[in-house]
Amino acid sequence: MAGQIVVHDPRGYPPKVVGKRLANRPESLDGKVLYLIDCLFDNADVFMEQLRLWFAEHMPQVVTRVVRPRESWVDDPEMRAKVVADGNAAIIGVGL
Amino acid sequence: MGFALELEKSGVPTIPVSTHVFARLAWATARAAGMPTLRSVFVPQPVVGRTAFELRAYIEGTDPVLKQPFMKGVLDGLTQPLTDEDLKGATFERSTPRLLEPDTEDNLRQLFIDNGWTDYLPIVLPTEERVEQMLKGTSLLGDKVVGRMRPTAFREYWEFDIEKVAVNAVMAGARPEYLPVVLALSASGVTARSSSTTSFAAISIVNGPIRNEIGMNTGIGAMGPYNLANATIGRAYALTCQNVQGGSVPGDTYMGTLGNNWAYTACFAEAEEKSPWAPLHVDNGFKPTDSTVSVFFGGWYTQSGFGPRETWKETFIRCLTASDHYSPPLIVMDPLVARAFADLGFTKPSLIGWCAENAKLPARNYWDNQWVMTLIRPHAIAGVEPYASRLKAAPDELINIFTPNDIKIVVLGGETQGGFKMIGGRSSGRGPGTDNKDTPTGLIDIWR
Repeated sequence: MAGQIVVHDPRGYPPKVVGKRLANRPESLDGKVLYLIDCLFDNADVFMEQLRLWFAEHMPQVVTRVVRPRESWVDDPEMRAKVVADGNAAIIGVGL
Repeated sequence: MGFALELEKSGVPTIPVSTHVFARLAWATARAAGMPTLRSVFVPQPVVGRTAFELRAYIEGTDPVLKQPFMKGVLDGLTQPLTDEDLKGATFERSTPRLLEPDTEDNLRQLFIDNGWTDYLPIVLPTEERVEQMLKGTSLLGDKVVGRMRPTAFREYWEFDIEKVAVNAVMAGARPEYLPVVLALSASGVTARSSSTTSFAAISIVNGPIRNEIGMNTGIGAMGPYNLANATIGRAYALTCQNVQGGSVPGDTYMGTLGNNWAYTACFAEAEEKSPWAPLHVDNGFKPTDSTVSVFFGGWYTQSGFGPRETWKETFIRCLTASDHYSPPLIVMDPLVARAFADLGFTKPSLIGWCAENAKLPARNYWDNQWVMTLIRPHAIAGVEPYASRLKAAPDELINIFTPNDIKIVVLGGETQGGFKMIGGRSSGRGPGTDNKDTPTGLIDIWR
């Protein structure tokens, strides 16, 4: 059409997103091992300690274990393997 | 977030906790990972600087995003049965067309703005003819893959080819002869549109014969808006990063709290002919006849001064110790300054060594920094030197905050004044944005 032009799209090529299901949930955390993962952001250790204390006071039947990756922003396969091997659930924070 | 996604895939119910300002980013990341129903919970921002008592109040309070008790979200998220949506995840293809639907110039300009494809300065629309002309700046084919890029470590990589870089170079107003430089920058693996809360930018230095071949300014106003090549190469690199990585949208793919003016354009050329020392690329193992780019991830701080005058040591120590320690200084100095240091007997390595030796802080000051605690302390705990020794130091003990390898010096400027700048910019080694690269320098000549 008159007055119209064609231009390129400036964006890159995104990867295909493959759906992944969430893990099955236990009915209860009673007697289960709950890993509290301190992701190493500043003050996350204090938050996780407070979360551990909350469980100790309100749900003492939950076994909590605090763990940390070897460094921030980088995957730690060994830590993940440990959580997968003997953990029933996990909370990670605080940050992204 | 990455850990949570991986653990869920491995069969461990996992709840990521984020502060509320990261909610959109958290959901977008989960969606792009194929797990849009990942059960996230949120606490108020900030966590940094809050006491244990205050953080306990977060835990016992209300999730500011989900508007329910924080612990209800945690416990329900870990124990409530999965829904059909949880079980299927979300598989989908996203495609970006090579060409957009035909439209008027005005409508297309608005489309680029509305889609977040610009830096909000006027662009040149990338017509087929202009992109074709831009591609004449390289002998390589347009569909050759240049690399992958993402706004931060836990996001997905997007791939891009030479044509995509050419498209963004057109938008920035670059000329075809600049394209090899833009390609080398884009291939560096360092994004100029990091989503870091610290508002990082990418500052790049061009060395070698190409500086003069394409007419870059190394003299008066070398770091200012006084040269087409300087201005548009840096802008082309920034726009390329923004668009090929899948965006740089505040609250989603950009979280820099203050933003950064270096992010518009920050590509400079060294005044090699006027420096008393070897240029940066030769320091990094390249030949003087090689044309290269070196990328510094930083720009968080910029300090300026004059020298070397009688009290230059005190001035340098003040600047060095005021620098944020996780982002060491790229020292940019006018040739007058460099030659004056040479007259004092300094080589570039000896001046860098002096800076590293004399930049000292009490350990308590060094460790009282959010990113030092987040990024460096884990290495210190793991025994990595020199961080481990810094952590062992008594609070009042003076510790060195940089190693010689952290600090780089580049000479440029018009000799109208003996000025220098120290700009936060990590180029290699451990730290954000560098992917632990051994060298910050890449060859331009392979992209010609």
